[in-house]
Amino acid sequence: MKKEKVVGLEGSFAVSEAVRMANADVIAAYPITPQTHIVERLSEMVAEGELDAEFICVESEHSAMSACVGASAGGARVFTCTAGQGLELMHEVLYIPSSMRLPVVAVVANRALSAPLSVWCDHSDMMAVRDIGWIQMLAENNQQAFDLTLCAFRIAEDNEVLFPTMVHIDGFHLSHVIEDMRLPDAEEVAGFIPDYKHPFALDPDKPVSMGCYGPPFIYPETKRAQEVAFENVMPKILETWKVFGDRFGRYYAPVEKYRMEDAKIALLTMGSYSETAMLAIDELRAKGEDVGLIRLRLWRPFPFKEFREAVKGVEVLVVLDRCVSFGMGGPVCSEVKSALYDQQKKPHVVGFIGGLGGRDIPIEGFEYMIQSALEKVKAIERGEEVETEMIGIRE
Amino acid sequence: MKKEETDLFVPRLVTTEENFAPGHRACIGCGEALAVRHVCKALGRNVIIVNATGCIEVFSSVLPQTSWCVPWIHTIFENVGAVVSGIESAYKARVRKGKIPDKNVKFVGFAGDGGTSDIGLQALSGAMERGHNFLYCCFDNEAYMNTGIQRSSSTPYGAWTTTAPYGKKSIGQATWKKNMPEIAVAHKIPYVATACPSYPFDLMDKVKRGLEIEGPAYVHIFSPCPTGWRSPPELTIEIGRLAVETGVFPLYEVINGEYRLNYDFTDLKPVREYMKPQRRFRHLTEDIIDKIQARVEKEYLKLREKAGVK
Repeated sequence: MKKEKVVGLEGSFAVSEAVRMANADVIAAYPITPQTHIVERLSEMVAEGELDAEFICVESEHSAMSACVGASAGGARVFTCTAGQGLELMHEVLYIPSSMRLPVVAVVANRALSAPLSVWCDHSDMMAVRDIGWIQMLAENNQQAFDLTLCAFRIAEDNEVLFPTMVHIDGFHLSHVIEDMRLPDAEEVAGFIPDYKHPFALDPDKPVSMGCYGPPFIYPETKRAQEVAFENVMPKILETWKVFGDRFGRYYAPVEKYRMEDAKIALLTMGSYSETAMLAIDELRAKGEDVGLIRLRLWRPFPFKEFREAVKGVEVLVVLDRCVSFGMGGPVCSEVKSALYDQQKKPHVVGFIGGLGGRDIPIEGFEYMIQSALEKVKAIERGEEVETEMIGIRE
Repeated sequence: MKKEETDLFVPRLVTTEENFAPGHRACIGCGEALAVRHVCKALGRNVIIVNATGCIEVFSSVLPQTSWCVPWIHTIFENVGAVVSGIESAYKARVRKGKIPDKNVKFVGFAGDGGTSDIGLQALSGAMERGHNFLYCCFDNEAYMNTGIQRSSSTPYGAWTTTAPYGKKSIGQATWKKNMPEIAVAHKIPYVATACPSYPFDLMDKVKRGLEIEGPAYVHIFSPCPTGWRSPPELTIEIGRLAVETGVFPLYEVINGEYRLNYDFTDLKPVREYMKPQRRFRHLTEDIIDKIQARVEKEYLKLREKAGVK
């Protein structure tokens, strides 16, 4: 019998529990809505001695990530969390741990970007950092927020990985909502998260120079080395999720399917709206429609193989983006299309943009997208151009 | 006037060990490279150095070579204060948790004047305010030299730079040099000092003091730059001395808020002597130079007052 207890926790507290159980050494973070409950809870844990860590109350997110980089280079297990504008302020620094192989773990409570100011959720922040060389994964509920944060430490710090890892939880939808979840015993977790030792941390006994200057004669080789190393990440992610599943009973996959058996139409979502989408799929299935749901759990590295496998036999793929790439449509839709381009048999892909700045998408919204997509496919087959539709907009 | 400690025996007290290896790519006569060499001798090898982007990083770490005999990290331009905070915190946490033995490792930040008084000021201010145990060395060559002599807030009044050129409607730099050591003092940190490689033993003493003191320490190092100042490379040491002797860059320490003037001059040399070998000042008219002279004297008097020199 596994030792665990069922508790009611909001997503922020679930993440904090994972950081406590992982026994992080250094936390550097700056408060920003909707991530604040994480920094508050972690501060409490440190103040009460429940977590033996240095909590650096930095003066900006730029410094938060910089302090994380320093702490990670100094050999510590490191955690930070942020959201929206904060992630954008970090942007410059985010490239450093991925190119210097420093396994910082960050939780991002996804938030829309200004202007206008919005503290509510969409995926604009995470899409703006998709090319920075971090591992990126998404949770749909608080249990997953806990589980994936825990896994992130083990994946990132594996000496064959050593890449920073970002766990995305949707702001408010997860960060501020209390759900029941299973909290494993701390000892069980300790057995899952091995002691961490960076192979070349800064140490006067073994001096190294980190972050040297790379002129054209050597810069491309460093990037190629980074690319090769990043290609090796996927097996470790799969292995970690397998070990986690065997130990705790919850299994994760880069692409997860819901009622996809014989589905001709598939909806593709990421993050917390996946659970609403499931309800929509249930209703449509009850009406006899061949629909299913595909959820991207892993965003980087992009799970090409698993994704192509998931859409086999699908005729229409409906993609929901919670972000606008101005002049290009939705970023997820673009990437999904490019992932399918070389395939001999591939579905029609129809993109929608919705849920911007915390706007709700009700069950009917998902049903609308599916119906509308079928109309758009007819138009595509007639040779007409179909644009990405932004749903739920008051004209 | 205090005689500088250059009697024959003092140099022998300085280690012959080089912690900053030769063969780097600094310009001829670089005051900054010399200062880094002295600083590294004073630091010893039980340190971790965090370096901002800038001349030092570029001339010392061209892949696959390095001049650093101690653990050294460079990330970006404006975050030295934050990176050093992270490394110091990592060390504290790991020692406390029994993951590594306590070997009394010291943490040091290096940055230029731009990386300190402009783009890196916020991160440094944060680190000083939080009270991390670290030494920060600002190597001040009074402009963005690495990118080609653009003005910074540390560029002196009247100096020519490529973004503060003199012309029909410009005297060159139109603002007075930001007083970065005073900004450090305002953080109430335990140790602030100014230094110059023309006074190597004074410089090394200050680095050692800053390193040993518990809490944040700030040393502002005047680093003549022949390339950017348009001065003869063989005059680097002399220009550094003239900066001190004219009162343009006084050498002082502030220990727990107490000022100490290390080299006091009752008769300052005229600033003209300092400016003359530098072509960055050659366009200045007599009245501008007089204005600078007056300002230097006024500031020097204020400093003497703070140091309680009668």
